[in-house]
Amino acid sequence: MLEIKQLHKSYPIGDSHLHVLKGIDLSVKEGEMVAIMGSSGSGKSTLLNIIGMLDHADSGEYILDGLLIKNLTEKKAAVYRNKFLGFIFQSFNLINYKNALENVALPLYYQGMKRKERQELAMFHLGKVGLTDWAHHLPKELSGGQNQRVAIARALAANPKLLLADEPTGALDTTTSYEIMEFIQQLNDEGKTILIVTHEEDIANMCKRIVRLRDGVIMEDKKVTQVRANQHV
Amino acid sequence: MFKFLFDRDTWQEVYQSITKNKLRTVITMVGVWWGILLLIGLLGAARGMENSFNRAFGDFATNSVFIWGQNTSKPFKGFQEGRRVRLKLSDARKIESAVEGIEFVVPRNQSTGFVVNGELSGTFNVAGDLPLLDVVQKKNLIKGRFINQNDIEGKRKVAVISEDIYKQVFEKDVEPIGQLIKINSLNFKVVGVFEVKNFGGPQSDIHIPFDTFQQVYNQGDRIGWMMITGKPEYNIKQIEEDAKLLLKNLNKIHPKDKRALGSYNLGADFKKVTGFLIGMQFLTWFVGIATLIAGVFAIGNILLITVKERTKEIGVRRALGATPFEIKRQIVVEAVTLTLAAGLMGIISGGWILILLDSKYGQGDDATLVNASVSLFIVFIALLILVVLGTLIGLIPAFKATSVKPIEALREE
Repeated sequence: MLEIKQLHKSYPIGDSHLHVLKGIDLSVKEGEMVAIMGSSGSGKSTLLNIIGMLDHADSGEYILDGLLIKNLTEKKAAVYRNKFLGFIFQSFNLINYKNALENVALPLYYQGMKRKERQELAMFHLGKVGLTDWAHHLPKELSGGQNQRVAIARALAANPKLLLADEPTGALDTTTSYEIMEFIQQLNDEGKTILIVTHEEDIANMCKRIVRLRDGVIMEDKKVTQVRANQHV
Repeated sequence: MFKFLFDRDTWQEVYQSITKNKLRTVITMVGVWWGILLLIGLLGAARGMENSFNRAFGDFATNSVFIWGQNTSKPFKGFQEGRRVRLKLSDARKIESAVEGIEFVVPRNQSTGFVVNGELSGTFNVAGDLPLLDVVQKKNLIKGRFINQNDIEGKRKVAVISEDIYKQVFEKDVEPIGQLIKINSLNFKVVGVFEVKNFGGPQSDIHIPFDTFQQVYNQGDRIGWMMITGKPEYNIKQIEEDAKLLLKNLNKIHPKDKRALGSYNLGADFKKVTGFLIGMQFLTWFVGIATLIAGVFAIGNILLITVKERTKEIGVRRALGATPFEIKRQIVVEAVTLTLAAGLMGIISGGWILILLDSKYGQGDDATLVNASVSLFIVFIALLILVVLGTLIGLIPAFKATSVKPIEALREE
């Protein structure tokens, strides 16, 4: 599914360079649910951005679903992002003047799907996160948990191969966090490959595998027994 | 390529992002609205002025010059200086045949006459005229007719009088046509009453047949002055010079004698006024377009700020799969929509202003602005300029929007 070999990335800071990723090797199989952990500055967000094709590596190899991701033009990257990846952000990143349904339908719009089909599919995904009744509400009229569920529905709308979540519970209280994690676990149960960046141990333990980063290298990569979120609720 | 223009979603996106901040949108549009309003209003007013000018001169051959004899200022061929020059009817005929570019030569005689009708009387200008005068200086007849060829040939004692005389020497509600009035103790039959115009060269109060005038005033072959009209494609200045040179030759005047012949070149004066009107239109275009450009720049500026505000949104859109082209296109469409909408409003309110101008200054026969209006062609051109400028100005924020990497856009809090 996902194959990363000797990935390096550095950012220029003034005259010097900050070496953020120092040779990452990572392989994720289909249906896995991986937590990427690390303190701030460990390079976990940078890694996620590279995997999400929002950023590019300086050197190394990144193969997604058998496809070598290298030297992408902005246009090609946009198409790949749309086709292969679903994003979930810490701050939801919903478009504030669009209602829930329109937000979910947005990736489908960029796929060029017809309006009616798009709305139906978006409604279906909203239903999956239990927000059918809130379809026509604006983000500001929804709670944080509801907003994140809209964001999840949006990430799923284009039926991506890989779901990338950057601190999906960072802006939520514990109860809501577990609700969201329950959704994500369900998605994984249905076979979706999921990568979660987090610094919370309890959230990481809800995944099936934990990859710990420190100073740009992988310190630890272990399989864990998944803690079901619904046990906490 | 332009299929997206017919896509409901494109317009929904535009509508949403424009209505997101209504105040900003309105303020942005004011610049363009004002520019096009100015353009339409000023162009319409300029056109109205031109129309009113043309109406005043409309029935008058403006490409004309008047020439009359004065006293010589140089001795020539045995004649002393200070000799009175009397132009003759034969001079007029020779000019007509010899000078290039002439349309008509109208010889005229003028004198004053004491007009009496019963108890009422007054002193007025009396002119001896050919029917041709009606061609070069259209008389607006309220009643009856102008002098005709039969009047000339029969040396009839008929008179065409102005409306003012009619009011002065006739009782109210008396039908003047067919009535006899006394001009310098001679009976003349009134055959027509004409209305005097504000503009259009020298006016006379009473017109009588040319030949009648010659006889009554004992003029012989002499004429008072002549009116020469040139064909539109000829320069009236040149015609004036040619005619004067010929007249000097015929009347034994020194070629360099500047005082012997008097003249008034209406064509040259008319050109000055039309030149002024053209200048005004040019100025209008200049001011209007400059204001438009300023307005469009304001739109570009606001969109640039908007794009900065929307950096994150644009980042999200790109993470969701929007290509840079789609983002750019969206912003350009927004810019064009704003400019066009503001432009259309400007055109409509400009139209209202023209309606207002027309109702205030455009009524009646001597209106200052006649039919103050702007042609559809100009409106079309203005819209085209708006679309082009809107697109160009939209490109700046569009490129700005996609110059930020999505990752940086998303990181911005």
